[in-house]
Amino acid sequence: MSVNPIVGIAGLNKWFGEFHVLRDIDLAVGTGERIVICGPSGSGKSTLIRCINALEEFQEGRITVDGIELGPNLQRVDDIRREVGMVFQSFNLFPHLTVLENCTLAPIFVRHMSKKDAEAAAMQYLERVRIPDKARSYPGQLSGGQQQRVAIARALTMNPKVMLFDEPTSALDPEMVKEVLDTMVDLAGEGMTMLVVTHEMGFARQVANRVVFMDSGQIIEVNKPEPFFDHPQHERTKLFLGQILR
Amino acid sequence: MSKAVYVATTMVAPRRAPVRMPGAWGFVRTRLLNSPTNILLTFACALLLWFTVIPTVKFLLVDAVWQGSDRNACLPETVGWPVGACWPFIQAKFSQFIYGFYPEAERWRVDTTFLLGALLLAPLLVPQLPAKAANAALFFIAFPVVAFVLLHGGYGGLTVVPTRLWGGMLVTLVVAITGIVASMPIGIALALGRRSSIPLIRFSCIAFIEFWRGVPLITVLFFATYMLPLFLPGNFTVDGLVRVLIGVALFAGAYNAEVIRGGLQAIPRGQAEAASALGLSWWRTTRLVVLPQALRHVIPGLVNSFIALLKDTSLVSIVALFDLLGQLRAAFADPAWSSPSTLFTGFAFTGIIYFVLCFGMSRYSLFVERRLNAHRRS
Ligand SMILES: Nc1ncnc2c1ncn2[C@@H]1O[C@H](COP(=O)(O)OP(=O)(O)O)[C@@H](O)[C@H]1O
Ligand SMILES: [Mg+2]
Repeated sequence: MSVNPIVGIAGLNKWFGEFHVLRDIDLAVGTGERIVICGPSGSGKSTLIRCINALEEFQEGRITVDGIELGPNLQRVDDIRREVGMVFQSFNLFPHLTVLENCTLAPIFVRHMSKKDAEAAAMQYLERVRIPDKARSYPGQLSGGQQQRVAIARALTMNPKVMLFDEPTSALDPEMVKEVLDTMVDLAGEGMTMLVVTHEMGFARQVANRVVFMDSGQIIEVNKPEPFFDHPQHERTKLFLGQILR
Repeated sequence: MSKAVYVATTMVAPRRAPVRMPGAWGFVRTRLLNSPTNILLTFACALLLWFTVIPTVKFLLVDAVWQGSDRNACLPETVGWPVGACWPFIQAKFSQFIYGFYPEAERWRVDTTFLLGALLLAPLLVPQLPAKAANAALFFIAFPVVAFVLLHGGYGGLTVVPTRLWGGMLVTLVVAITGIVASMPIGIALALGRRSSIPLIRFSCIAFIEFWRGVPLITVLFFATYMLPLFLPGNFTVDGLVRVLIGVALFAGAYNAEVIRGGLQAIPRGQAEAASALGLSWWRTTRLVVLPQALRHVIPGLVNSFIALLKDTSLVSIVALFDLLGQLRAAFADPAWSSPSTLFTGFAFTGIIYFVLCFGMSRYSLFVERRLNAHRRS
């Protein structure tokens, strides 16, 4: 792991009311590193990665992204969000805009690019996720796998240094999981820093540098994929892997 | 019993769907007369139509009187049959219905305003035409100013026509269009404010909405006209019609706010989150992602309140403004036209006008809805 982490999380604690959802989280992610986060439902995985781009606020701790510090009061939210792209489980494409408009909205209104440049750039990203022919379609006319690939392209148009994925394949029909995972593998191959919440163990083995296991708002175990899956250390990890790898 | 193992040996090629029994008679037989209940219903509906449509046509056209110069033309005694609609009455009073007591010599100003409004509105309503932004700016910003100057006068050599002389269709349209146009931004602002996380904004919006929704429009108009001047400093006066317009806009705005809030609630939280994650500010997220979707959802509800507003404009009668219906009632008072069918003719005529306006709005909104929701037809 590099000396200067691009994402640094230190002493992160968060409560939803009285419920202590994240407990003493420490995690440093190096540039180009791929982290897979797994754990039982409700263990705080989504909350953790949503803290990184300030979709959730937190009460204690520090998060830095590329040297920009996000304090508990979420100062510098806008700067952080420029660095971080996010892909959601439910795609969250804008249904009233075409695929191309989905991909040019932020470049035009946040980066102040001209419409022409933004469209040219968006087409490049759509080609990268192998879906340029759908540029003029509306999201509702696409399959789930295609929608998720558009969502990835949309996040990439902002040139993020870090990409967050929150269970990107969980809402997909089985035959579409592969096309999305392939896109993510390509992205990893290009050296993108990625934090991926997923239970796709094949993907984790193939792509991840480290696997993080969370339970009850806590990081329980961190390891390289092979030892993590083949020789889990903590009892809870063994229990969890036993349940998903049946 | 079917076998436990089955392997398809042939692939079934697609075929055309079977044709339903075609033709008018086929339709009647399969849809209208296919069961005893339906035969009964068909018969009942036919009777209903018979007893409503026939008398209406008889009144409006067959038994109607078409020419004449005073009530005598519409009296059964003179005509010799029970008279239906008395159209000469409408003819004689037509300009009053349109302009009210607007001085005759200045009526070209009203005509010009109507024409200008129509010329600016028509291209705005046709989606295929270009330059929507400029067109909208002209209609929503420039036109009201020009219209006011033209209608009210007092500038550039135009004589002043005080608003209490305005009347008829002119007042109905001014109140309805101003109400509809002004209530939209008010409604959007209130709906967003009601969902704000800042308590002060949220509570002021809730209080405002609940206040205006809680009082009847008649009360609002009455207050705006007769009570407000008492609260304002002595030499500060606001024109009577303008006071009514403000009252109507705020009233309709409060209603629209709740309709729009319904639409905002239907938008999943993920939409705003995705926009924020892309770095869009709250304003941009709202303007570009949330509102366009929310407003599409609530077109039927908004049109509903626009139609209600158009018809509620007739309430301005109680504060001495003579809208279309007010002029109609004034015309009834004219002894030169008092005949048994004057009242029915007048209400039929204004009813038709209101219906055409409301039905037009309704159809147009359906068209817009279909067009804007093209993306949902996947
Ligand atoms: N906005 C919220 N308010 C209150 N509790 C929440 C909220 N969001 C999530 N939680 C709770 O926090 C816990 C962790 O949620 P989440 O991070 O979504 O888990 P995971 O993604 O690991 O399934 C869950 O118990 C969930 O019910
Ligand atoms: Mg989750």
